[in-house]
Parts: sequence; C-alpha cells; structure tokens
Amino acid sequence: MSHPSEAQKFVKNENRVNWHDQSLWHVREKRDKAANLFPEWEELREKASQIKSHALSKLDYYLEEFEKNATANGIKVHWASDAIEHNEIVFNIFREHRVKRIVKSKSMLTEECHLNPFLEKHGVEVIDSDLGERIVQLAKETPSHIVLPAIHKKRMEIDELFQKHLHTQPSNGDANYLTAAAREHLRQKFMQADAALTGVNFAIAETGEFVVCTNEGNADMGVHLAPLHIASMGIEKMIPRYEDLGVFIRLLARSATGQHVTTYTSQFRKPREGTELHIILVDNGRTVQLGREKYRRSLHCIRCGACMNTCPVYRRSGGHSYQSVVPGPIGSILSPGIDMKKHASLPFASSLCGSCSDVCPVKIDIHKQLYTWRQDITRETNEEPAKQFSMKLMGWLFTHPNLYRKAGKFGRKALQMMPRWMVYNPLNTWGKQRELPEPPKQSFQEWYQQNRQKNG
Amino acid sequence: MHIGLFIPCYVDQFYPQVAVATLELLEKLGHRVSVPPDQTCCGQPMANSGYERFAKKTMDLFVQNFAEFDYVVAPSGSCVYHVRKHFDIIEQTPEVQKIREKTLEICEFLVNHNTTDTLQSSFPYRVGLHESCHGQRGLRFAKSSELVGEPFSIIRQLLEKVEGIELVNLQRSDECCGFGGTFAVAEEAVSVKMGKDRIQDHILNGAQVITGTDMSCLMHMEGIIRRRKLPLRVMHVSEILNHSEQHEPSV
Repeated sequence: MSHPSEAQKFVKNENRVNWHDQSLWHVREKRDKAANLFPEWEELREKASQIKSHALSKLDYYLEEFEKNATANGIKVHWASDAIEHNEIVFNIFREHRVKRIVKSKSMLTEECHLNPFLEKHGVEVIDSDLGERIVQLAKETPSHIVLPAIHKKRMEIDELFQKHLHTQPSNGDANYLTAAAREHLRQKFMQADAALTGVNFAIAETGEFVVCTNEGNADMGVHLAPLHIASMGIEKMIPRYEDLGVFIRLLARSATGQHVTTYTSQFRKPREGTELHIILVDNGRTVQLGREKYRRSLHCIRCGACMNTCPVYRRSGGHSYQSVVPGPIGSILSPGIDMKKHASLPFASSLCGSCSDVCPVKIDIHKQLYTWRQDITRETNEEPAKQFSMKLMGWLFTHPNLYRKAGKFGRKALQMMPRWMVYNPLNTWGKQRELPEPPKQSFQEWYQQNRQKNG
Repeated sequence: MHIGLFIPCYVDQFYPQVAVATLELLEKLGHRVSVPPDQTCCGQPMANSGYERFAKKTMDLFVQNFAEFDYVVAPSGSCVYHVRKHFDIIEQTPEVQKIREKTLEICEFLVNHNTTDTLQSSFPYRVGLHESCHGQRGLRFAKSSELVGEPFSIIRQLLEKVEGIELVNLQRSDECCGFGGTFAVAEEAVSVKMGKDRIQDHILNGAQVITGTDMSCLMHMEGIIRRRKLPLRVMHVSEILNHSEQHEPSV
C-alpha cells in the first residue's frame, strides 16, 4: 500500500477534504499571527537549530550528564535500545507495582513502540487521556496528526462514538456537551489509575529534569494522582542547559497551534514524596539516523506539527494516508530511515514546494531531505522498474539533441492527429482530470531557425 | 554581454510563444541573445523523480551548450533552481561553477540588470500572480508566507511596471499549485485537487489571467481550467512583460 492509493481514497470525498484542508490552514494562519508578533522569530529559529545541532553532536555526553543529574534527583533512569526493550521495561515496572490500570498522556514514542496493544495483551487497561487520542482510541484508529490526533474526525462522528462508548445522549455534535462528557469519563479514569505514563518534550542535561507540554492538563492530572509516573523519551529530546529551554518553549506552542505557550508546561525534577518517578531513554533507530549525515538534522524535530499544517499534500490527503506513526513531511523523512521499503512512497508524496522547511521552528531542511531520500530509495529498492526504464530512456533522449527534436515533432504531430479517445486513454494519467497542452505547429527551435537564423 | 537563452524542453515543444516572448523581451531591452541549437533539458525531470544519476549526461550537455555565454537566462524558476542547486553531482569544473552562478531566471535577470525602466508593456487585465515554489522558496524571489520579515516579490515588482495591469490579492498568497513534476502523475488525485483549489482562489478574487515564472505550474493549471471550462487563462510572465498594444507577440 502506497501513499498515492491511500490519498486517492481520501480525496474522493471532496467536502471532507475541503473541511480538513481548511481546519489545518486555520491553524497555520494562527501560527503565522503568533510568529509575526516576534520580530526576532527567524533568529530564534536559528538559535534553536544551533542548540539542537550542538546537542546532537555531543549526545552521548549530554545523555550521561542527564542520567547522572536525574539519578541524583531521585529519578530512576532506564535505557532501551529498541521498542521491545522499552515495552518490557514498562511492563516490568508495572508488574512490580501490581499495576492494572493506567492513564497515558500523549506520547508519539509509545505509539512508535506500539505500547498500547502490548500492555493490553498483558491485561493492563490503558486509557489515553488526551481528548483527541481518547477519541481515536475509542474509534480503534491511530492518530492522524501528532498534535491534533483526531483532526480527521468530524463532530458528528465523535457524537456517535461517545453515544456508543460513553453512553451519551445524541447532541447533534454539541462541543460543550461532548467535552463535559469526556471530562467526566476521563476524571473517573484518572481517579482509578495505578500509574501515569507521559511523553517528554524536552529533557535538560544540566538539571536532570524533563518537561511535558499539554493543553488539557491531562499529563499533570494523571501524574498528580497516581503513585507511579513513567516517562518515555526519545534520546533526541535532550537539550544541554536550563537556559536553552526558553528558546524551545517559545517556538513550540506558537508553531504548533499559534498559542504563546502551551496551557500546561510542567517541569518534573524529582518524584513527589511517597511516589516513584521513572524515565526511559529510548534509541529505537535514532542513533542510526544520527549516523547518517545527510539525514541527521531530522532529529532536530520538536514534534510541533507545523510542517503538517502547512503541507498542501498532507492537508488534502489526510494523516492516515502516510501509514506511519509520524505522518506528513517530517514523517516522510523519518519513516524511510526506519523501514525504507515499507515507506518508499513517502518521499515522493510531496511537490517539493519547501513550505515545510520554511515553517519548521528548528530549521530542518525537510524538502531537501525528501529529494535526497528519493535518490537513495530508487537506488536501494528495486521498485517500479517501468519508471526506472522510462527515466533512463528520458536521460538518453536528452543527450541526443537530434533525436529529441525528432521525437518532439513526432509527438506533437501524433497528438494533433490522434482522435481524442486515443489520447485520453486509461494509461494517460495526466489526462484523467486535465487537458494536455494543445500542440503548436512549430516548436520554438523550429520557429527560431525559420525567423532568426535564416533571416539574420 | 552575450546571453544564452535556455528554453526548457516542454516550453520548446508546447509553448513556443513563451520562448518567443522571452527572446523578444530581452532583445527589446537591448541585450544580445543567442539560442544554442543543441539544447534539450536541464535534467530536472529525472532528478526530482529520484534518478539524478540518469541526469548527469543531460547536465553535461547543458554545460557544453552554454559554457561560452556571460549569462544563461531561462523562462523557468524551477529549471534555474535545478542548475543552481542540484548540479553538484557533476564534476565542479570552472565552467560548471560559472554556469551555476550565471544562470538566471528571466525576471531575476531583468531586475538584477535594472533595464526594466524602458519596459513599455501594457496589459489591461486583472492578473493573479502564482508565485511558483522553486522561485519563491528556492531562489527567494519573494518572501514566503512562513517566514517573518518584510514582504517583497521581484515578480510582483516587475509586473507593477506594466501599464493597466491590476494585480489581484489571493487568500493564500503562495500555496503550491500541485504540479511538482512527476508528482503530477504519481499523485494524480492530490495534484489535481491542489490545482483546483489554487485556481479557485484566483477566480474568487477576480483574476482574468493567472501568470507566473513557471510554465509547468501554468500548464498543470491550464489543463484543469480547460477541462472544467473555467473563465480564466494562463500566461507566462514573459508574455505579459512583452505585451503591448503596439507590439503583439509574433506567435
């Protein structure tokens, strides 16, 4: 299954596409307003990018510094080389504490590790406490966006979902009613939870603490009630100093939703009295990506989702069409690094317009990496032999000017003479919804020969 | 100063009037222009499709054809972008380095050489400017809407010198039209939807003509416009700059 075929399904429902496009464009506009209030926005992006480059260049050092300082603060630090190890560490801690029910705040890393199905298989009830994530969880779907997980769902669909699972009354998609119902439902789950799991937005080596940003306060609600807090973090989330944090906090919420700051930006430095605080530092392919010089900067990502909101392809094809945990432009350069064959179509799911690179708060050269991935993918996977053949042929034709001119002349003649049904056949993908250009009598080169070189 | 005019393959074959307008425009402004007969393509179609390696010889031929000129000028932001940014996979001889520096898009050339005050063009229509991505974000012809800073657009600046023209404002000033080379075929459904939305923005804001620096974007939008019989036409920016009531283009 490839991006084009999934995207085609999504595009078929034009009203839904328009609504999806406009919802995300609205977020992009909010981001523009927030960014434009900052005359020093571009400098801030540059600074963030440099901090990230520096942190990644000495990642081993900062990770160890973090471990040392976090341990001194009373946090239990674990290391996981891959998803399986991560899940086992989580489950072992749960077993020790006889955990049966947990609440989770949003964490793309635990999605990446497929933690929910793993825990459920072992009899642990997992409740996603971010409202959007809870909605997709009830619908047995995956998030379609990393910041707005249920952006693909309309209010009426959520209404029906809540009637089925939370036994609400039909409310014609009344947002207030549905939110109140979700709040009621989630509060019960917070009260019952034996443990709280959160993601990590930033970890600070200097102080051995980590930061979790949410808009709903759900991470805090879970953590404040449960006797056990486990935080999962990808190793690229490390920043060196406490004073670096402000740079990222200023960029994150503005880029993500146009807010000045996330509603809850919580810093966790030590466990509350009588509770345990664990953090798992997860590699899962990140060091491999770090070793690939041309793709290294993809690890700058702070998961704001701005590239998705701005991407004209994402807005019209929906997050699920990417079939990867992180969709959109950033996902299209991260996912092939994890499984090139499976995600071979993603770097081609872009017009290379470059909007993603310009919007990125940490200046990842996303569209350039998409171009580079294309070269690597065609070389290393032998997919689409027909395309390879036609590209080789094209390259050959363009180095034989005489033949190129003859082929052009022949092609134009053929287009003029062939009946419409022959030109617009099923093999002509261009012509499904578009006309081909009308072939002129002369090419420019022919005109030039006739009008300039002969006369002059 | 001797200019080599580079006409992209599909413009040569399908839009000769754009090439003629570009040539006439340069000549009108007093430049000496030649058209190397053995030119074909810059290599972008293969490269953007992931087959950069099959484009090397095409790039070499481009260099051979244009090595002798002081400037290479082309009516295409994306081909120029390709020459400037992606010719690094061939050996960087002094010739290649010179060509990469001296290859300019037509509007960029006119603005850099400041010869536009003698432009005597008139085009009394409502025009929507499609800022093509490779020109806008690749070559920085205009401030992209994502960046914070003073807005500018060299294409708009040039068009504003045309008599009688009325440039319309768009809801989304610089959204991609969805062409993207082989993207237009590989991702046909999304590509067409992007094109439809782009055109709609121009129509809603009262444009009679869509113009831009890249005939490829315009070809894609024209294809949709003609299929859907929409009240709009496309013209390359060279055609508008070369347009005047006294001097109709010769094709």
